[in-house]
Amino acid sequence: MEGAYKPGPLGRSLGWATALYLVLPLFIILPVSMTDQRFLSLPHEGLSLRHYAGLFASSEWFASIAQSFWIACASTILAVTTGTLFAIAAWRLSSRATELLRALMLLPLIVPSIVYAIGLYRYFGWWDLLDRFMGVVIAHGVTGIPYVVITVSTALASFDPRLEQAARGMGASLRQVLAWVILPRIMPGIVSGAIFAFIHSWDELVIVLFIASRDVFTLPRRIWDGINENQDPIMAAVAMLLILFTTVLLVVDMAVRRKRDG
Amino acid sequence: MRRDVVAKLRQDGGWYALLLPAFLLLSVFYVTPILQVLAISFLEPEPGFSNYQRIATNLSVQRVIITTLRICTITTLLALLLGYALSYTITLAGERARRWWLLCVLVPLWISVLVRAFAWVTLLRRQGLINQSLQGAGLITEPLELVWNEFGIIVGMVHYMVPYAVLPMLASMREIEPRLLAAARGMGASRAQVFARVFLPLSMPGVVAAGVLVFIFSLGFYITPAILGGGKTLMVAEWISLQILDLIRWGLGTMMATLLVVTILVTLAVFSRVVNMRRLFGGGA
Repeated sequence: MEGAYKPGPLGRSLGWATALYLVLPLFIILPVSMTDQRFLSLPHEGLSLRHYAGLFASSEWFASIAQSFWIACASTILAVTTGTLFAIAAWRLSSRATELLRALMLLPLIVPSIVYAIGLYRYFGWWDLLDRFMGVVIAHGVTGIPYVVITVSTALASFDPRLEQAARGMGASLRQVLAWVILPRIMPGIVSGAIFAFIHSWDELVIVLFIASRDVFTLPRRIWDGINENQDPIMAAVAMLLILFTTVLLVVDMAVRRKRDG
Repeated sequence: MRRDVVAKLRQDGGWYALLLPAFLLLSVFYVTPILQVLAISFLEPEPGFSNYQRIATNLSVQRVIITTLRICTITTLLALLLGYALSYTITLAGERARRWWLLCVLVPLWISVLVRAFAWVTLLRRQGLINQSLQGAGLITEPLELVWNEFGIIVGMVHYMVPYAVLPMLASMREIEPRLLAAARGMGASRAQVFARVFLPLSMPGVVAAGVLVFIFSLGFYITPAILGGGKTLMVAEWISLQILDLIRWGLGTMMATLLVVTILVTLAVFSRVVNMRRLFGGGA
């Protein structure tokens, strides 16, 4: 739709203002993270990397980063395997019942995490999963399924079902059809789903606030305590690294999509 | 006939088995804990509707409901306005520019909600960057109260919600035939008329979808209001957490959680007649 019709001055300036409102607060973290002061502020005399050095020297922050990373990896594997198989089967069977089931799979996107978190708080008490690595992995994995179901379903929408029928007709087993026909064609969708499931777990705080306390102390949990308790500029360094990390993952996702579309 | 069914089952059986892992996982570890929340709201402290009667009698319950609805309505309207302007600009932008505009929407969308709330605290607090620069410029003598109140919550929430408002609106605006706009202009309509009589009506489905999405996401929002509200302005999610973790009032907390879920599901059900839900949540088939 280019060239034919341009927005007027009012629409254009409001559009620009909105874009700046979205992006500028994120950019402000960069200079703050490089402040030479001991509290959160803009640099006074010059730039300094000492808060980044402090972050890497801190065993507490490092332990939380490692823990968040492993939890995110494990819950991504859980969400991707179950979610992908589900999406493929629902696409292949495609009946009223599977449509309903798929709506059910999207529930974690609709129901606020606070409701799930208080439910788990009591439920995991029975299972003895409170403050356990495994408990957080299950909670993050289950709530990551919808992202995988959505991206894989979207990838399947452009997949010709006759390919699957042809393969089956020529005697391929279910396992062979999956491994050789369907999975290779929808790989970009699976990768997208994995990226989103990973970011979901990596950033998740509300559930963790309820089902973890001391042994499991993820990165978002440590940031949360930091925001509420002190004005340590290490926070800004952490925030900056998180922004970089997310941006890199998004760029990878865009590259994967372009490859798929191209 | 019967043999057909059996044959079909045998043929499809493998596929049904593939549905199972996700289904079991979700039933055991998602649906059950949530059903339990609903059950507790009727069972504790004693069986019956006593928790729900508090909606009519308890001032604290009423205050938190009204505060939440007010903040969510304001947030939704502002997010729609800003999101609309942004989607409009993106739709009418050229191919290359559009990619950059989209990045402005997608990067904030995926950046940790904690990081964004942290950025706003850094900017808005009493010794924050905005107050310091305004004081430095001599425009104000006393720092402005920009955060730990409703204003701060709304600034942070709108910032979070604008990308969610943009995506459905953008999808519906991109289906508008651009030559229609040029044609209306060519036949003598002013820019304002083209917008009001052609573009706006055609983009309405996207606006409604975006409004529903932003509103239901705002209702259960926890982190941003908790950080930017500073414990003074309570919204539903933070209030629930307070009941459960600090006051150990499971009945009241789960009652509010149930109310929250029911409100969201009813809103979705009402608007599912107007809005294509599959487009909202990206269905495949």
